[in-house]
Amino acid sequence: MITVSAVGQTFPGPVEALADITLRVDDGEFVTLIGRSGCGKSTLLNLMAGLLRPTRGTIAIDGTPVTEPRRDVGLVFQQPALLPWRSVEANVLLPAEIFGRRGSSYRTRAAELLEMTGLSAFRQKLPHELSGGMQQRVALCRALLPRPSVLLMDEPFSALDALTREELAVELQRLHLDLGTTIVFVTHSIQEAVLLADRVVVLTDRPGRLREIVQVDIPRPRSFGYNAHLDEVAAASARLHDLLH
Amino acid sequence: MSRVALPALGAVLTVALWWLLTAALHIDPFYLPSPADVVETFWRTPGFLLGETWVTLQRVLIGFAVAVTGGLVVAVVLAASRTVERMTMPVLAAVNAVPKVALAPLLLVWMGFGDTPKIVLVVLVSFFPVVVATMAGLTSAPADLRKLARSLKASWWQTFVKVRLPWALPQIFVGLKVATPLAIIGAVIGEVVSPDRGLGSVITGSSASSDTPLAFAALVLLALAGVALFYAVAAVERLAVPWAGAA
Repeated sequence: MITVSAVGQTFPGPVEALADITLRVDDGEFVTLIGRSGCGKSTLLNLMAGLLRPTRGTIAIDGTPVTEPRRDVGLVFQQPALLPWRSVEANVLLPAEIFGRRGSSYRTRAAELLEMTGLSAFRQKLPHELSGGMQQRVALCRALLPRPSVLLMDEPFSALDALTREELAVELQRLHLDLGTTIVFVTHSIQEAVLLADRVVVLTDRPGRLREIVQVDIPRPRSFGYNAHLDEVAAASARLHDLLH
Repeated sequence: MSRVALPALGAVLTVALWWLLTAALHIDPFYLPSPADVVETFWRTPGFLLGETWVTLQRVLIGFAVAVTGGLVVAVVLAASRTVERMTMPVLAAVNAVPKVALAPLLLVWMGFGDTPKIVLVVLVSFFPVVVATMAGLTSAPADLRKLARSLKASWWQTFVKVRLPWALPQIFVGLKVATPLAIIGAVIGEVVSPDRGLGSVITGSSASSDTPLAFAALVLLALAGVALFYAVAAVERLAVPWAGAA
């Protein structure tokens, strides 16, 4: 469980990026943060990751205040950030190496994750031999390797083409159902937010404040195509659209 | 195929053009000998010229090895701390701006004759490109990768060995490729200023005896040594950095 209590962030300048954010993310929940560019949604994610210290307020994961990065929190960025000299498998195993654990259980885990994301055949390839979508899948496997309790994703699909994006979003939804990891996902795509989220947190323009939290009660698995819940999808999208414009 | 054929074709065309010029314009071999004159001069005393080449090459290799080792160590130390880097960068830039070639006579005064002043000159000219390229490489790891290392709580050493150093390798090799011809230039300048042995000394001696073809034979051998060294570095690069140029 992530608890964000009265958090504010002011950068030197001074630039007030976030103001008075209070938010709770439950275990196993999928929350997306949405807002316009510069509203501080990535800042909020970096605060949860312990990469930044909040100027005001506190953030805690499972009751422990976040003051530095935690090894049970996985991160996925907009860019895959793979090491170009390492094979797909070696990239996925990087966290285990850094944690000083070389057990075979991690190898098995890596193989499982690569299997789940359809990358088994590419284990020994170098990142540049893969498409952008596949590289981002590798980054996802790397983040999931240590079985994190929380996965933080900062616009992970926004550098990809539209079709790959949809594909990966559907896949992420499936992984979330299978693994039950708590996910906080930053996006500026309403479509992505509605497809993925249990709740969508809408932030205002700078300084980012909580505008509203929209509950999305569409049964899973959801998909972009025709399905039984077109009306609910349309309603949720329209609601978010209104809040953002 | 074309990786061997095209460079070879380029070399053949260059020699043909040189030959054509000397023949067509009836240039006196005293000013510009033809390729045939140069080859003939070489074959008069092949053992002698190859021996002198080896002398120069040894100086180059020893000096280059010292420069690369020292350059890498200094660059790593400098890149380890932002404070140290900021403090020493202007000094490095200043020392780098001194024309090292102008130091050759001074080195002669300080170290006398023999191998030492030549090797020192090689080190001086090839050291800075290695330092500058390595530092640039070590500080060039993208922000996302640094963030990733931080989020995994990697130690300084882990970040250095697993991310920064491999990331720097392509740029380090750029520095090495800049440094190889400089190393040869350094050795030759040293030999020209205080001739004893080596191809630089051969060139100095040939001008005293107006033997231009001999000077050219020495120059060609130097050029060949330069090409060999450059490709040797490039070959090591292909082994060490197989991912470069492919991304």
